[in-house]
Amino acid sequence: MSSATEAGHPAGPHGHDHADEGGHGSFKGYVTGFVLSVILTAIPFWLVMGDVLGNKLQTSIVIMALAVVQIVVHMIYFLHMNTKSEGGWTILALIFTITLVVITLTGSIWVMYHLNTNMMPMSPHDLMHHKP
Amino acid sequence: MLSNPDLQRLVFGRFSLDDIPFHEPILQLTFAIVAVGGLVVLGAITYFRFWGPLWRDWVTSVDHKKIGIMYVILALVMLLRGFADAIMMRAQQAVAFGANEGYLPPHHYDQIFTAHGVIMIFFVAMPFVTGMMNYVVPLQIGARDVAFPFLNNFSFWMTVSGAVTIMISLFVGEFARTGWLAYPPLSGADMSPGVGVDYYIWALQIAGIGTLLSGINLIATIVKMRAPGMTMMKLPIFVWTSLCTNVLIVAAFPILTAVLALLSLDRYVGTHFFTNDLGGNPMMYFNLIWIWGHPEVYILILPAFGIFSEVTSAFCGKRLFGYASMVYATVVITILSYLVWLHHFFTMGSGADVNSFFGITTMIISIPTGAKIFNWLFTMFRGRIRFELPMMWTVSFMVTFTIGGMTGVLLAVPPADFVLHNSLFLIAHFHNVIIGGVLFGMFAGVTYWFPKAFGFKLDPFWGHMSFWFWTIGFYFAFMPLYVLGLMGVTRRANHFDDPSLQIWFVIAAFGAVLILFGILSMIMQFVVSIKNREKLRDFTGDPWDGRTLEWSTSSPPPDYNFAFTPVIHDLDAWSDMKKRGYARPLQGFKAIHMPKNTGTGAVLGVLSIAFSFAMIWYIWWLAALAFAAMFLVTVLHTFNYNRDFHIPADVVVRSEGQRTSMMAGRA
Repeated sequence: MSSATEAGHPAGPHGHDHADEGGHGSFKGYVTGFVLSVILTAIPFWLVMGDVLGNKLQTSIVIMALAVVQIVVHMIYFLHMNTKSEGGWTILALIFTITLVVITLTGSIWVMYHLNTNMMPMSPHDLMHHKP
Repeated sequence: MLSNPDLQRLVFGRFSLDDIPFHEPILQLTFAIVAVGGLVVLGAITYFRFWGPLWRDWVTSVDHKKIGIMYVILALVMLLRGFADAIMMRAQQAVAFGANEGYLPPHHYDQIFTAHGVIMIFFVAMPFVTGMMNYVVPLQIGARDVAFPFLNNFSFWMTVSGAVTIMISLFVGEFARTGWLAYPPLSGADMSPGVGVDYYIWALQIAGIGTLLSGINLIATIVKMRAPGMTMMKLPIFVWTSLCTNVLIVAAFPILTAVLALLSLDRYVGTHFFTNDLGGNPMMYFNLIWIWGHPEVYILILPAFGIFSEVTSAFCGKRLFGYASMVYATVVITILSYLVWLHHFFTMGSGADVNSFFGITTMIISIPTGAKIFNWLFTMFRGRIRFELPMMWTVSFMVTFTIGGMTGVLLAVPPADFVLHNSLFLIAHFHNVIIGGVLFGMFAGVTYWFPKAFGFKLDPFWGHMSFWFWTIGFYFAFMPLYVLGLMGVTRRANHFDDPSLQIWFVIAAFGAVLILFGILSMIMQFVVSIKNREKLRDFTGDPWDGRTLEWSTSSPPPDYNFAFTPVIHDLDAWSDMKKRGYARPLQGFKAIHMPKNTGTGAVLGVLSIAFSFAMIWYIWWLAALAFAAMFLVTVLHTFNYNRDFHIPADVVVRSEGQRTSMMAGRA
């Protein structure tokens, strides 16, 4: 596609020089990213298989937190994102995405939880969970 | 068809000859008209030997201008279908009182209102908006094409495939009877076992791919391909609104895709995401589809706002009032549009705090929108207003849209919504903003940019006829619905008992007839303009004394748009260039690197129609075959290295020379 892009606009201001970006990463960067990912993946397995924390809720919270860290690792080492890449457009897109994902998830949970609390109990199972 | 039922099922899935609605006289008539009309068109193409040019210059074209024009043609064709549905509903509701059952039985009426909604939103408004952005954005930023020209062609053909799929449902099987958002459990396998909802799902999934890809394409174009000097705060306002719209598309359409995928799983493999039993929850569908659905409203209206801004500043002969505030208002709307979705289901049982949160955010979103209205008004204030047709559409929009906006704020009050939800008041409200906002905007855009696209202006007489019929027709058609809605009449009913309501429905039907005349005048306008094109010819490339870059090139623009990439110094770049006595360069032309046409997009489009048809009718062998073929074509396309060429310098010299003599000949 890149030839077509150039065809569309050979004299673009941001053309195809990657001088202002962090480049496409180094061997060291990829290895660091890989090692960090492996560690961040191994810990959850260990937590679950060894039943280390002894508490399901705590375990899932820790796993979720590690997953978020993993996402950040991928973005930095594999997607080469930083505050300056593409003239700040990637970080802007990231902030926008995070905002929307947070709105969507928290909003949905809030809305659905609220609907359920206002629902009439429909079954014995519901009755058990709806004790005042 | 086949005597062995097992073999029949294997070969034809659940399709049989009984599924073709021979017994419906209305559909028979429609089919006859479509068949005759289709034969006439095919015959004409053959007679005029147009197949070759059609394939070479249009179907396979990766030129953003041609793709944009094709999108708008698709929208206008589908508008006729969607309007046919509308006038049938208006006619039914005008007569079906008391003992009179009308002419549409409920199962047919339900398909019609579903098809009307789906077609008008997905296959009229969306292609209209996408077509406008496709045509105008690269020209306004001084680019030679979009960032990914082939992807653009592919997106267009996916949209067409979705439209074709929905049209097939008219003659083979049935369409959904669920309303335009296909809420479960009604759209689930238990309540809608037929093919209708499957037609709905696959048409939207295919068209959705096209929409999403064209969104990515236009974002990349705007971010990466602006002419040198065009910083973000020097972007024409239409480009700004297009950017925000495409950001919304990229962020929102995956949600629709995911929701429809979950609904398909419920229907095809028996999962329970949205069923009433076994842990499913239909409310999750409402919630998710409106997280897509509300941004969708702004996806449609933002480009229309952009068009109105361009038109207002061009026809008032001055810079847009409050450019920066217009940009910020657009961005704020982009974010806020994600914070209001629950107002579509206030009555579904959330408590006071959830409802008031979403009620307040909904009222807040009217603030940036109101700011825009004032910006246009202040642009007009003490401007030298020329009431050409695009400006008339704009003024009509400002009046109509303000009424629609105010009824919207009314509906945003949760207690009022409890009274008015699901009533004709709501129907009146959203037609008020979609016709008065989106459609009027697109009509303004068509009249404004038509001379750019084809080299001659549209005939003003038939344009005025169309304008007045549409505007007056709109008020006749929808103001009675406000009245009826306030009296508590619900939507989607095909029969009424209370005869005192009938007069209002008759008035609404009269309005629909006026709108019919508006549409006919519009067709007449195209015919007359093409006939008189020599008289309406625009030699300058700048017939309206425009302010943005698209008016600096010839009408129609050459394939390469600009022989030299312009350098931007100011907002309203072309106006600035004219003021500094810009002289068109007459020599020094170089060969221009261009993308080559390809038929892959159209081939994939046809294959995806076959795939979705097979999925709808459970013809599994055909589905597998079509999918494998799509995969193969996609892979083979990646091996096509012959995808660019150079327009030689002497061709550029010749076409620029033609322009020079054209401008001189007129002067």
